[in-house]
Amino acid sequence: MKHIFAALILSVIAAPLSAQDNVKSFTLANGMEGVVIEDHRSPVVVNMVWYRAGAADEPRGKSGIAHMLEHLLFKGTENLAPGEFSKTVAANGGSDNAFTAKDYTAYFQRVAADRLELMMKMEADRMRNLRISEEDVLTERDVVLEERNQRTDSDPSALFGEQRTAAQYLNHPYGIPIIGWRHEAEKLSRADALAFYETYYSPNNAILVVAGDVTTADVQALAEKHFGPLEPSLDLPVRARVLEPPHLAERRLKFSDERVAQPYIIRSYLAPERNAGEQSEAAALTILAELLGGSSQTSFLGKRLQFDEQIAVYSSAFYSGQSLDATTFGLVVVPAANVSLQDAEDALDRVVAEFLEQPINQEQMGRIKQQIKASEIYGRDSLRGLANSYGSALTQGLTLKDVAAWPEVLAAVTEEDIKAAAAKVFDRRQAVTGWLMRKGEEQ
Amino acid sequence: MRIFLTALSTLILIPLSALAIDIQEVKSKGGFTAWLVEEHSIPFVSIDISFKGGASLDLPGKRGATNLMVGLLEEGTGDMDARDFAAAAEGLAASFGFDAYNDSVSISAKMLTENRDQAVALLRRALIEPRFDQVSIDRVKSQVQSIILSDSKNPEDIASRAFSAAAFGDHPYGSGLNGTEESVEGLNRDDLIAAHHNAMAQDRIFIGASGDITPDELAALLDDLLGDLPAVGAPMPKQAEYQLTNGVTVIPYETPQSVAVFGHQGIERHDDDFFAAFILNHVFGGAGFESRLMSEVREKRGLTYGIGSSLYSLDHGQLFIGQVASSNDRMAEVITVVTDEWTRMAESGLTAEELSAAKTFLTGAYPLRFDGNSRIAGILTGMQSTGLDIAYPDTRNDKVNAVTLADIARVAKRLMRPEDLRYVVVGQPDNVENTD
Repeated sequence: MKHIFAALILSVIAAPLSAQDNVKSFTLANGMEGVVIEDHRSPVVVNMVWYRAGAADEPRGKSGIAHMLEHLLFKGTENLAPGEFSKTVAANGGSDNAFTAKDYTAYFQRVAADRLELMMKMEADRMRNLRISEEDVLTERDVVLEERNQRTDSDPSALFGEQRTAAQYLNHPYGIPIIGWRHEAEKLSRADALAFYETYYSPNNAILVVAGDVTTADVQALAEKHFGPLEPSLDLPVRARVLEPPHLAERRLKFSDERVAQPYIIRSYLAPERNAGEQSEAAALTILAELLGGSSQTSFLGKRLQFDEQIAVYSSAFYSGQSLDATTFGLVVVPAANVSLQDAEDALDRVVAEFLEQPINQEQMGRIKQQIKASEIYGRDSLRGLANSYGSALTQGLTLKDVAAWPEVLAAVTEEDIKAAAAKVFDRRQAVTGWLMRKGEEQ
Repeated sequence: MRIFLTALSTLILIPLSALAIDIQEVKSKGGFTAWLVEEHSIPFVSIDISFKGGASLDLPGKRGATNLMVGLLEEGTGDMDARDFAAAAEGLAASFGFDAYNDSVSISAKMLTENRDQAVALLRRALIEPRFDQVSIDRVKSQVQSIILSDSKNPEDIASRAFSAAAFGDHPYGSGLNGTEESVEGLNRDDLIAAHHNAMAQDRIFIGASGDITPDELAALLDDLLGDLPAVGAPMPKQAEYQLTNGVTVIPYETPQSVAVFGHQGIERHDDDFFAAFILNHVFGGAGFESRLMSEVREKRGLTYGIGSSLYSLDHGQLFIGQVASSNDRMAEVITVVTDEWTRMAESGLTAEELSAAKTFLTGAYPLRFDGNSRIAGILTGMQSTGLDIAYPDTRNDKVNAVTLADIARVAKRLMRPEDLRYVVVGQPDNVENTD
């Protein structure tokens, strides 16, 4: 039985990819990169444009502008009326959408392969020719505030996450929510949106990712034709964000809300991320998360807390190494009825300490490595998943070579690597521990 | 300036590629029928198995039994406990999904070619001889209780549960398939064994498969996997009578944004007018950014992040419902706009342009669905359990194209009844009054 909380935690195993023979890349003269993943099983194509600009690239005080601009990119250009972009995609039987993260903003369409050129032509158009009215911006800002209402303010778990993340980063913009703090998001203006657009939306800051029933030569020719004529930005800022100072003091948060049904304890530690040419520590942490809390039934936390001691109804460890700057390693315990958060946290600490003292179960390690191998095979089934993996890697400081090397780096991880990485990361001075509680049942 | 699009119009007129999909019917010696799309380029297969009936087969007073039973299938079999079973599946890197729905119990499996026989043997044990040991029952029960508790504080769940309860009363469709805190507490091992016999029998199986497997291999696999299930399960549930009247139900809940579920009775999947209703809903609230509801409520007025409607056509009861979330001070305006749109659609149906755009989208998007083994296996199972013909993918777009404006107008009058519209609103909406 998979617990509802499982949906909140991304599976680390879902991601790895190796360099397939069917993945090719090119760079246009104006600096735009292209990645093509050929898959001829059905006449479908996924077309994506990724920008190396996300919420962590926003100016101070303008939180939410990267995401609001993403909404506004559907509002029209010199050549397309508001809404006409999506209407044209639909008129061709396709679907489209976009998403904003801390390190990137991405736009995509899923269409019949023979409609690719139209999609590329429209993406090239809105990369440089956005036209938005004051009224469009005000209406869309209301939509964004309703989005914040729906996804954050109506959900105590999301509000709690926002507070924990803000406490995790002392200086780095990863502490700021993507959708924006409400007091800043409700003041964003057309001028703010255009300033962000003009700074970051240019071919030399973008990556085209096309997956599906296409050939690399055709995609490159179409990219030359439609994106090639766009002028690169000459004053693209260097992507160097402020750094975290040393973390000297542990942070602890308690949050209670009327709407909390199920209390839990969650701890995150600041942790190193995957970097170009340097992925081994992140690989060790990836396997550590699996060993410690990947599978509810067979991981160390799951076995001890859910089965042996029945202290938890759910437990997990999570880590995503793909991040431009420092990421986090997390542990979560959802206590069983009548178990206090303090007891749950004490049990978590005790079990993690036990894990670090014992030799690693080699059978479990073997199963995890087998699953990582298999996930490359299963991963090839989804065009969108493949395109996402490459787009996010390239906008988060990795190269195609790093993506290709990742499965081997994971396979090479040893018990010593895991123990060393764990010893380094599990330092309470760089951790945020949060208790989510029911109102009136504060502990 | 429209030159940009005019220059592209020739491209739009090229017909979309025909559906390049070859579905084979596979019959096993043991009497199972499956639909298969063979695709040998990636070394794994997806198999989707659906048992008709599902959680609606829960016996009176035993709500949640089917769901709990399905949750326990992966928690041990024979001499393997939950941990042994998970370790074996993980070691094979096989992925097994077990889900209970209103009308079905669904098993989705992904298995590598290199160890498929072992994966099938393992899955067979879970399906045929689940252990249902007390330790696992207690543990999974506590997980289900935790889910029931979480849902009870979630405004979207509160709204849809209240709507279903008022619409379908005592019928299983009138309550959540997880059960209630009390009903789950009362379930015992015998209830689970009964639920297993009732829901997972050979007389209600639909199977879809896609990937690296031949028809002969699949036939043999199915006899191994399913041949020892009981021949006959429980009779199908009775029809759910729609009981709701028009009006507004407000459920007070402290939150900055209200959630509304709205609608009335829907239309049967086998109704002659289903395709017309499907197109109508697509334009009304089904089409993502392009629908009338999205355009009026989000794009023009900025009242919500998302609004949509759907034909919720279950096997034994049907709803036509939508959902929206909006700030407490703006929900009253949302309700006015939705009611106006409901009335406008009932009175005047679609314009010729809307119908034509919807047909272009729906016929163009259809072939794109058949993308990836997992999706294809699921679609093949869904087609069979809906009673569709194996040639359906070849004729489906013709059926969409055959719908006329007159069909739409007739269905709009029949399906959209503003006089029956019920809103269930959870939150603290300003100027929205309970009418009951």
